[in-house]
Amino acid sequence: MNVPADLRYAKTHEWIRQENDIIIVGITDHAQAELTDIVYAEPPKVGAEVRAGATAAVVESVKAASDIYSPLSGTVTEVNDALTSNPALLNTDPFGQGWIFKMKASNPAEIDALLAPEAYTAQIGQ
Amino acid sequence: MSDPALLKHTPLESAHVACGARMVEFGGWYMPVQYSGIMEEHRAVRSASGMFDISHMGEVIVSGPGALAWLESLLTNRVGKLAVTRGQYTLMLDERGGVIDDLIIYRTGELSYFLVINGACRDLDLEWMHGHLPSDGSVVLQDQGNDYAAIALQGPDAEKALRALYPACDIPKRNGIAPLIPSLVASDGIVPSLVARTGYTGEDGFELFVPVAHGIALWESLLAAGVKPCGLGSRDTLRLEMGYPLNGSDLSRDRTPLEAGLDRFVGLDDPEKVDFYGRKALEQQRSEGLPSRLTPLKLSVQGPPLRSHYPVLADGVAVGETCSGALSPSLGEGIAMAYLPEVCRIPGTQLEIEVRGRRYAASIATLPFYKKPSL
Repeated sequence: MNVPADLRYAKTHEWIRQENDIIIVGITDHAQAELTDIVYAEPPKVGAEVRAGATAAVVESVKAASDIYSPLSGTVTEVNDALTSNPALLNTDPFGQGWIFKMKASNPAEIDALLAPEAYTAQIGQ
Repeated sequence: MSDPALLKHTPLESAHVACGARMVEFGGWYMPVQYSGIMEEHRAVRSASGMFDISHMGEVIVSGPGALAWLESLLTNRVGKLAVTRGQYTLMLDERGGVIDDLIIYRTGELSYFLVINGACRDLDLEWMHGHLPSDGSVVLQDQGNDYAAIALQGPDAEKALRALYPACDIPKRNGIAPLIPSLVASDGIVPSLVARTGYTGEDGFELFVPVAHGIALWESLLAAGVKPCGLGSRDTLRLEMGYPLNGSDLSRDRTPLEAGLDRFVGLDDPEKVDFYGRKALEQQRSEGLPSRLTPLKLSVQGPPLRSHYPVLADGVAVGETCSGALSPSLGEGIAMAYLPEVCRIPGTQLEIEVRGRRYAASIATLPFYKKPSL
């Protein structure tokens, strides 16, 4: 299972990538493998206020709907519209084209509570 | 998930694990929900062939001089029209007309019948049957549910696979049943291996019943023949695309087969069909009008996959909920079934399905949702 070294992880299987003051959020390779064929994604709305640990998006496989939690608190600045027509990007490229939303963090200190790659790798039992 | 130790296990479990199955609890059983992926498995059955472990389903043998008369009282359509080697879909009702189970009955001999009942209903079905057995000993009821491993082989290439593996088998026609392995000889009226040309996918296909000890070998020979292992996930999307009901979701003790739209499997208008449990309730319901009808629905807009228990609204008013739903892999559209009052069928009624607080426009569809492309 792929766990890129340059990202931070939530225990609930989301990742964040920092690009200047913007945070990109997605789900991990482990999460997409567990969810199986993703057929629908419902990202948050641009401008929505999200809270760390609260539901920000929903993805659905054929079998089940799963909540995606925001790893950080803040404001959504952009969502990945490509997921609407091609939700399978979440399966095929979870750390790249399958990103879900971008946000501005209101409390950057929350980043310290996220897992480093080694800790996340240990959590998923690799 | 429930503790796997408390669940019932099929004789094919080690084969599922070897095929990389994701195992889940289903109706008290520990069953494969998927192997390579639900979409891929679904497509394999529509375009080539797939196989499902259906060992959780129950097999019951009914025989004896009183078997036919008793089965007529137990089941909704006329058992007496079945020639030996023929089968039919039927329902077993309680006195109120509620569905205990839907099942397939095959006539395997002059005085013997083979019934295949739902896995989650085995205990209740048998309890009902035993409770209504005549006391004169004219009917013998044998629960063979733990004696067979059962595999549904489904898809346009199913017959080819079966012929290659069992060249000596006299392959039955649709809804027919025959011995699968002629060298396995019947004893005590029980045929040790059977092949029925039935299924739950809308494709040509077979349901194979073999002694438990032969189960793994059958699975592996089908696998070697290129048949794709398929789990409960694709079994559900395949059956829903055809509008086949699932007991426990679309059928229950609180609904009659008339409400479920299964009139053609109920012999109310067959002059030769005698009285059966639930008949009076059905006749009364038919004269009074149906409170609701199982209605196929389709999303009219792009939306999330449909699932059970989503609210259905007519002109903004809640009128029911979905009992089954899916994103149809063949159509790429949201499809569902819901018990809805007749007013919903009035042209111009605006139907909507609510998902996580958002409402999506829907319309009444015709069954089957999926129609095989003509060649």
